[in-house]
Amino acid sequence: MKTTSKLYRTEQRYAYLFIAAPVIGFLIFAMVPLIYSIYGAFTNWDGLGSMTFIGLENFKNVFQDEYFYKSMFNTIYMMLGIPIGIVLALLLALALNRGIPGTNTFRVLYYIPVISSIAAISILWQWAYNGDYGLVNQFLAIFGIEGPNWLQNTSTVKPALIIMAVWKGLGYTMLLYLAALQSVPTSFYEAAKLDGANAVKTFWYITLPMVKPVTFFIIVTNIIGGAQIFTEINVMTPTGGPEYSSASVVFYIWQKAFGNFQLGYASAMALVLGLFIFIITLIQFKINEKNSYELD
Amino acid sequence: MEVAVANKKSVKAEPMSEKKKNRITDAVVFVFLSIGAIFMVAPLLWMFSTSIKSREDVFALPPVWIPETISFAKYSEIWTMGPLLSGISNSLIVAVSVTVIGTFTSSLAAFAFSKLHFKGKNNIFIMLFASVMIPYPVLMIPQFIMFSSVGWVDTLLPLIVPGFFGNIFMIFFLRQYLTSIPTSIIEAAKIDGCSYFQIFYKIIFPLIKPAVAAQLILWFMGIWNDYLGPILYLNSPEKQTLQLVIANFNASYAIQSDYPLIMAASVVALLPMLIVFIVFQKQIIESIAISGVKG
Repeated sequence: MKTTSKLYRTEQRYAYLFIAAPVIGFLIFAMVPLIYSIYGAFTNWDGLGSMTFIGLENFKNVFQDEYFYKSMFNTIYMMLGIPIGIVLALLLALALNRGIPGTNTFRVLYYIPVISSIAAISILWQWAYNGDYGLVNQFLAIFGIEGPNWLQNTSTVKPALIIMAVWKGLGYTMLLYLAALQSVPTSFYEAAKLDGANAVKTFWYITLPMVKPVTFFIIVTNIIGGAQIFTEINVMTPTGGPEYSSASVVFYIWQKAFGNFQLGYASAMALVLGLFIFIITLIQFKINEKNSYELD
Repeated sequence: MEVAVANKKSVKAEPMSEKKKNRITDAVVFVFLSIGAIFMVAPLLWMFSTSIKSREDVFALPPVWIPETISFAKYSEIWTMGPLLSGISNSLIVAVSVTVIGTFTSSLAAFAFSKLHFKGKNNIFIMLFASVMIPYPVLMIPQFIMFSSVGWVDTLLPLIVPGFFGNIFMIFFLRQYLTSIPTSIIEAAKIDGCSYFQIFYKIIFPLIKPAVAAQLILWFMGIWNDYLGPILYLNSPEKQTLQLVIANFNASYAIQSDYPLIMAASVVALLPMLIVFIVFQKQIIESIAISGVKG
């Protein structure tokens, strides 16, 4: 008894040693900044002088700041790409799941934008969206469509960013769906066939429910990621676009914090964004819980 | 025998038409996938095509995909037009040091979380994983102030040091992977008098190597492509990572509409990860697929 407890204590000591790095990292680089950020949001913090407590002042201002609303609207608008991407990716995955020749090549080709650097991709698409000589308008010209100057136009800058985001993320979502489709037992499809179910019914009653966990995962992670969109906007529209129509929340926070040094105000906005993400995620988990059922 | 033949015939008759139908569908699907693949790759090819064009060809209408005079001059010019070389070396310094040390700390922690017994194991793990929920914008301002108070702004340290403490995604993934390795191996090693460090590097690490490699590659790519971290901390041109350098190329040379130069620099920034991906595509794709199914 005594020896086991001694062994256990040794094991425990080593275990704590082995997990020390991530735990310390978590405290220094997540916990301390988080508390710091929460406190900072209630002060007039400017990075230089002292931090004076000003209560809810920053939050009051945030909710009266038209640029905050605008950037929030832009951010949410650009999330329209998420459902588009999901539908396209699922279709692609279904196509690739047929086992036709060249599947592996297609998988690699569709995945290339995913691994490409977002800065380089943004530069490329900024050029592709050029009103006169860009690839996009050249392509549209084939069909006799005169494309706009995409990034200089308030009504087209967000769709332009959405198209690019769908293009870049498609391969990743497709891959997740493909893995999910491949894990569906073939007996399910055989049974459906015996029951005389057609392709649409099979898709609706078997495929879709079977990939639901992956769909949930994709929606949750895409919304968390989409809420923090920054790089494409910073590279493609360095000023936040015409009339600030492409600025995202993170872009606005970044400008306020590192351009104007309104650190307290920026922290308050970051917290609002964080809470927004948290609540949306929580709602999704609740909905998912309610609709999920056990498979026999 | 006769029955079998008759059976075979009747079985054959129906699937034949279905097979044919399937083959037609496959062909249609193949065509659509090919068109889709063209859309996926065309912008990247155009990027490369622009980089080898002369200025007149860049603005040619209708556009030329294969320029008449192919010139790789921009690929030699880019090195003197901006701090591209230091950008590459800075990106390498950050990515290599973080992934090498961070992978060690992460796999050690994953080993402890999956195979060792200690108080609060699950709670500590959940606590670490909860940090994923905190969006980076919430942390970036205080982190910046913390790093500036120790004089680390405009050095690579703020991008490197946090990585040393491990990566929770990697820990999570390796911990999952380790569940498939029987604990009895570890018990046996303990009886043989192996220390915990020895168990880790003699038994555990060799076993999880493939998973570690895939995760390391993904992490490396993430760091190589990172933009927000570097843009916060790095001001001096010679301190910047490659992604910032090409973004600055874009900002400075677009006014002169020197697109071949910009695209050449972007190709250089993109190529290393493309090569890594092509070489390790099997491991990368597998690892992504597993993470989705398990997550």
